[in-house]
Amino acid sequence: MKNLLILGAGTAGTMMANHLRPKLYSNQWNITIVDQYKTHYYQPGFLFLPFDTYTEDQVKKEGKKFIPKFVNYIQKKIEKILPEENKVILEDETLEYDVLIIATGSKIAPEETEGLIGPLWKKDIFDFYTYEGSLALRNKLRDWKGGKLVIHITEMPIKCPVAPLEFAFLADSYFRKKGMRDKVEITYVTPLTGAFTKPTCSTALAYLLKEKGIHMESDFAIEHVDNETKEIVDFEDRRISFDLLVTIPTNMGDEVIAKSGLGDDLNFIPTDHNTLQSKAHENIFVIGDATNVPASKAGSVAHFQAETLTDNILLYMDGFPLKKEFDGHANCFIETGNNKALLIDFNYVTEPVHGNFPFAKFGPLKLLKESTFNHWGKLAFKWIYWNMLLKGISIPFVSRNMSFKGKVFDIKPDSK
Amino acid sequence: MPVKTIAGIEINVTEDGYLEDMSQWNEEIAKEIASEIGIELTPKHFEVINYLREKTAAKEALTIRSVGKSGIVDVKGLYALFPKGPLKFSSKIAGIPKPTSCI
Repeated sequence: MKNLLILGAGTAGTMMANHLRPKLYSNQWNITIVDQYKTHYYQPGFLFLPFDTYTEDQVKKEGKKFIPKFVNYIQKKIEKILPEENKVILEDETLEYDVLIIATGSKIAPEETEGLIGPLWKKDIFDFYTYEGSLALRNKLRDWKGGKLVIHITEMPIKCPVAPLEFAFLADSYFRKKGMRDKVEITYVTPLTGAFTKPTCSTALAYLLKEKGIHMESDFAIEHVDNETKEIVDFEDRRISFDLLVTIPTNMGDEVIAKSGLGDDLNFIPTDHNTLQSKAHENIFVIGDATNVPASKAGSVAHFQAETLTDNILLYMDGFPLKKEFDGHANCFIETGNNKALLIDFNYVTEPVHGNFPFAKFGPLKLLKESTFNHWGKLAFKWIYWNMLLKGISIPFVSRNMSFKGKVFDIKPDSK
Repeated sequence: MPVKTIAGIEINVTEDGYLEDMSQWNEEIAKEIASEIGIELTPKHFEVINYLREKTAAKEALTIRSVGKSGIVDVKGLYALFPKGPLKFSSKIAGIPKPTSCI
């Protein structure tokens, strides 16, 4: 018997277990998946939890329910990977593997920024990238009286790069509905050159910030948080004051990656962009947020990667060359508030464009344009996630590689 | 695609002036882009620029943090070399793509 070992039972790891179990003879390959946590979170829901759109129960389920039969599920902490010995050390046992899939994801590292975890943390400073943070923020917003709301990105890369912007749009709608928009000043702070960095998007979407009265501060690389004056401060001593700071801290790969000497300076694993094989070890494959590939860290990306990676693992097991197939395909709904959303479809090289999706002629979803139908799509996605995506069922008519059918390349960037 | 004459050579650039092809770059081009921004390049600037180009050629993502840990400069030092947007300006001068997000 040979051993296929999957580390991490989040979106990517769970999908891989579901893809591979039916494709591998159970008298030839054991499949084991390890994750220390019992709960599987629907992470896109963390965006809606603070605004009371979703309840706690809608964003979490028991992880075990999504692991297929005949997969050995171990709920223990992973201590270290020994890639030269093909072993993984858990808290009280050691596993051997023939093929390893690392799907340990990424998480926030607020301790990387001085003053973030200080007297104001979880009082006036919140994250919404964790269940606990998102829930604490909901409770804060329920009776917040208004003031300066600052939404801030520490540094790239982050999981779901559009979520902070969606948060700003949803906050605008939330305070309008509560009849207190005039009491709230919303500022969006980014280390990049603006909220929209792709020429097609800045042309097509720049109106959104103006329409919603969201002030923007760009090129801001935070140095520390001043808890006394309630300001974020950058390396040139530029200061932005806040009453309520919603921050996206540095995102990093799991510390087990650092301990095992497998990652870069953010603990992301150097991975072939197209095959998803780790660059250092041919029997180690990496998927989802744990990789260093320049695709978005998002569930849709992990979903498209999972289809390619399944094929490649089967090819690897049989000694065939791997497919250089994955193209960085991402497909994401972006909430813009007022029950509307955008949809974007892009890959490593092609920027988001206009068009219809998934059907070239009639959509029904519109790319890069706000619509109520897209918002319904985003809400329906929760059902698709729990019932199809995690189980490794392909979403009908949506291919792993980006399709150019129905795409309209009509956006001419503004000349500056 | 706009074409701009920099240091006497016709170069393909993006709408906001970043080089489309990093292989068209040379030190004279770097100096001219830098002077447009208002930066006079020193050997220290070139150490940072060469580091950025090496990393980009190896298809590694660049962050202010990674430059700060490169051993060439710390983040404060990077700001001192390229004020008001260190990665944005250093990338432009180094002839590599602008750091972007997914939209």
